[in-house]
Amino acid sequence: MGPRYQNRIELLQGTLDLLVLETLRWGPQHGYGISQAIRTNSGDILQVDTGSLYPALHRLERQKWITADWKISENKQRVRVYRLTAGGKKQLESERSRWAQVSDAIAGVLNPAKRESEA
Amino acid sequence: MTFSFWNRQKRESELEEELQSHLRMAVKDRTDRGETQDEASGAARRELGNIGLIKEVTREMWGWASFERLMQDLRYGLRMLRKSPGFTAIAILTLALGIGANTALFSVVNGVLFNPLPYPHPEQLVWLAESKPNFATGSISFPNFLDWQKSNQTFTSMGLSRGYSYNLTGLGEAEQLRGRLISSGFFGVLGVNPAIGRCFAPGEDAIGAAPLAMISGGLWKRKFGGSSEVLGKSLTLNGKDYTIVGVIPASFDLSLGGFNHIDIYVPIGQWENPLLPKRGAGLGFHGIGRLKPGVTIEQARADMQGVTQGLAAAYPDTDQGIGSAVFSLKQTIVKDLRVFLLVLLAAVGLVLLIACVNVANLMLARSSVRTREFAIRTAMGASQGRLLRQLLTESLLLAFAGGTIGLLLAGWGTKVAIAQLPVTLPRAAEIGLDARVLLFTLAITLACGIFFGLGPALKSARPNLHDTLKEGGRGGSGSRHRAQGVFVVVEMAMALVLLIAAGLMIRSLSALWRVNPGFDSHNVLTFGVALPPAMGRAGSTGIRAALRRVDQELASVPGVQSISLSWAATPIVTDDEDLFWIEGQPKPTSENEMNMALSYVVEENYLNVMRTPLERGRFFTVQDNEHASRVVVVDDVFAKQYFGDQDPIGQHIFLTNKGGRAEIVGVVAHVKQWGLDSDDKEKLRAQLYFPYMQLPDEAMALSWNGTGVMVRYDPKTPAIGESMRAAIKSISSEHVMTSTQTMDSIISDSLATQQVSLILLGAFAALALGLASSGIYGVISYVVEQRTQEIGVRVALGARRIDVLRIVLGTGMSMAALGVLIGLAAAFALTHLMASLLFGVSATDPLTFAAVAILLLGVALAACYIPARRALRVDPIAALRYE
Repeated sequence: MGPRYQNRIELLQGTLDLLVLETLRWGPQHGYGISQAIRTNSGDILQVDTGSLYPALHRLERQKWITADWKISENKQRVRVYRLTAGGKKQLESERSRWAQVSDAIAGVLNPAKRESEA
Repeated sequence: MTFSFWNRQKRESELEEELQSHLRMAVKDRTDRGETQDEASGAARRELGNIGLIKEVTREMWGWASFERLMQDLRYGLRMLRKSPGFTAIAILTLALGIGANTALFSVVNGVLFNPLPYPHPEQLVWLAESKPNFATGSISFPNFLDWQKSNQTFTSMGLSRGYSYNLTGLGEAEQLRGRLISSGFFGVLGVNPAIGRCFAPGEDAIGAAPLAMISGGLWKRKFGGSSEVLGKSLTLNGKDYTIVGVIPASFDLSLGGFNHIDIYVPIGQWENPLLPKRGAGLGFHGIGRLKPGVTIEQARADMQGVTQGLAAAYPDTDQGIGSAVFSLKQTIVKDLRVFLLVLLAAVGLVLLIACVNVANLMLARSSVRTREFAIRTAMGASQGRLLRQLLTESLLLAFAGGTIGLLLAGWGTKVAIAQLPVTLPRAAEIGLDARVLLFTLAITLACGIFFGLGPALKSARPNLHDTLKEGGRGGSGSRHRAQGVFVVVEMAMALVLLIAAGLMIRSLSALWRVNPGFDSHNVLTFGVALPPAMGRAGSTGIRAALRRVDQELASVPGVQSISLSWAATPIVTDDEDLFWIEGQPKPTSENEMNMALSYVVEENYLNVMRTPLERGRFFTVQDNEHASRVVVVDDVFAKQYFGDQDPIGQHIFLTNKGGRAEIVGVVAHVKQWGLDSDDKEKLRAQLYFPYMQLPDEAMALSWNGTGVMVRYDPKTPAIGESMRAAIKSISSEHVMTSTQTMDSIISDSLATQQVSLILLGAFAALALGLASSGIYGVISYVVEQRTQEIGVRVALGARRIDVLRIVLGTGMSMAALGVLIGLAAAFALTHLMASLLFGVSATDPLTFAAVAILLLGVALAACYIPARRALRVDPIAALRYE
């Protein structure tokens, strides 16, 4: 059982950070909200595993890219709400540009013809 | 990151709350979408996954996880160990004994073998001797030493010394003190400075210099109360006044033979021995030296070779064939103890390994009981690594508990044990728990914890969830049986190695005890007597009269059967040599060309005391005195070596230091002067006996200061030693009796190394045998239990008792046999390391190997037979109904 979770965390490492930070750019959100937002915004394709989400949130918090506060939700529940910090915004910028590079690179590999015609 | 327990608890509950709120929101979304409460909550839980694992992974992100986890493992481990106190106690005790014994032995090895000598630049220190045709490490003559000192190129300094006893008078009751004659630079070589005062200055050791002395810290406290006014005071030693110039620190202990309990140091030149200035005299002097920085022993040897060759050319009469022997001082001190200690360390290491295997076996037995616990923990989300860590934490807890107790045992027990040993260990005062010993203990403790923990842990941490939980807790597994089988084989093999080592020692000792020493050691007492210092000026006639008086007084003590004075040589303990040539052969032109024999200066009753058989001719009588012509008696080795088939009786020899021509009147049996085990290997074995009263005057004049006495006594007489002391004191209060010893104890002491090896190896082997047989018993009991049903079926189908027995015993004996085979191979490879401790038996003695293998198989058979009987009693009906 153990290894399955471990693998998934590794697979999503980095990418998940980017998705979480991007989600929080639009406003503070709790863990469940973040997972729902990612799911909805990806058209139900990306389903964030809880076993990866919470470790990621707590790690990002430790890295001081996000902070957390307890708030009362509209359902009168105490929820832990995460908010992007200034450092987190910078991190998001660099993650975004890194992602753009990676996806360009992958696209280049997948469509060599297009790359040549641009050159 | 600082760790706060309170903070940690808060975060823990917040994490729980966060995940619960996640779950509630997920359920609400689902019910909003129209699912029923039950469906929604089930699906949400499934989607969330294993909460325990999520928490654990998340906690790891907090950064303090590893420390926190360790604390948790420790708490859990302690709880588990408390839950089975019997297992815990046995495991800790086994390990404490194993680790304690190893720590104790290592602290001895460390103190004696590994630590450098406690002097500045100890690596430069060497021990010096003359190599002669008869002696590889013979004594150095004073004139040769002075030339060595002058002509060498490779030494910073050299020192010379020999033992001497002093009769101290004028300070309370007269007492005999152990002293050493030393050259001026002796303590300078070692780098030892006096506690107060000074050492002897160059030239003060010359013959004819003023009488000076240094005393030990012990004597300083005892006789002078540690006062600094002792300097300049005079000390009456052997009737002569010596001025005290310095005090040697009480901590000084050279650990070289003859340096124990020395109270007096006197410059060599004070010895009134007419032979001292003679270049060819062998007077028992040995040297020490300090090499110049960077000089190797080989360079020093080459340099000394040049020096001694120069001396041989300059003084061919005495120095022809005389070389030098240069050895590291530490090696000389440690000598043959190296093998002895390393063999014991290896043996005790094997015992620890067996102890570890036994604890591993216990852990394995326990882990099969705990299989369900592990399966449940895995189901609850514990990862495999986490379980492994948990189990290792438990085994390390056990190891450290055992290690701590073992360390305490060793710290307390080592000194006690050393004091009890019949072997006097050199450097015993330097043995203790230093950093290296502590590090060793830490290392073996860690190694033990991992060694006996890892095997069972790897096995347990991979539980087959499905099967275990389904099995409803009976939790048997064939793999446990296999693992235990491996342990038993290993235990058997190691036990066999130890048993063979002990067996070889038994064979050696029984061979040694069977050796005939050439005399009957039972009921013989030996001691020294010193006449009053005033006798030093009494002349030989006066001394002869005084010695006859001693003879008379002692002979009249009730219980004394016969008595003989014996000068300078006591079999096995001390030796004396004489140079001679045989009449009728050309007279040698130099001392070098003369023959040498061991010499014993004794009285007419000596053979009655020692019961050495007379083979031919006669022994001495009272008439062989100062007025009669000189006679000698030789041993059969002497007779064969110098006269071959000729009859030596009636032949004459010339003794250079005993007055000249003497007639051989008898032949006696050879005495094992060099010890029961090594006498045959020595070059110098010819022996001759000389009548005490025929000693030339100048030698007789020296003998007042201490002569040996040998007494055969009636063992039924109580406190005979005390009666003799009283008889001697009755002559005068200044007569001193010294160091009483029985010949039995002398022989027994000479075998002490072998005896201690036997006792310790025997104890280790017995322990190993016990552990190994309990191991095989446990496995076979388990096998019988597991196969009860199968045995029942077989019996029901008509199997005979012998078939059942064959199944059970076959399992056990195949393990035992495999262990014995591996053990034999290991012993074959290892026992030659202890060859130097053995006597009369080869290191791979087939008889010992076979006997021990049969013994071990027999014990294993007995251990298997008990559970096998249980198998025979299996009732087929009950067995088939079982389950």
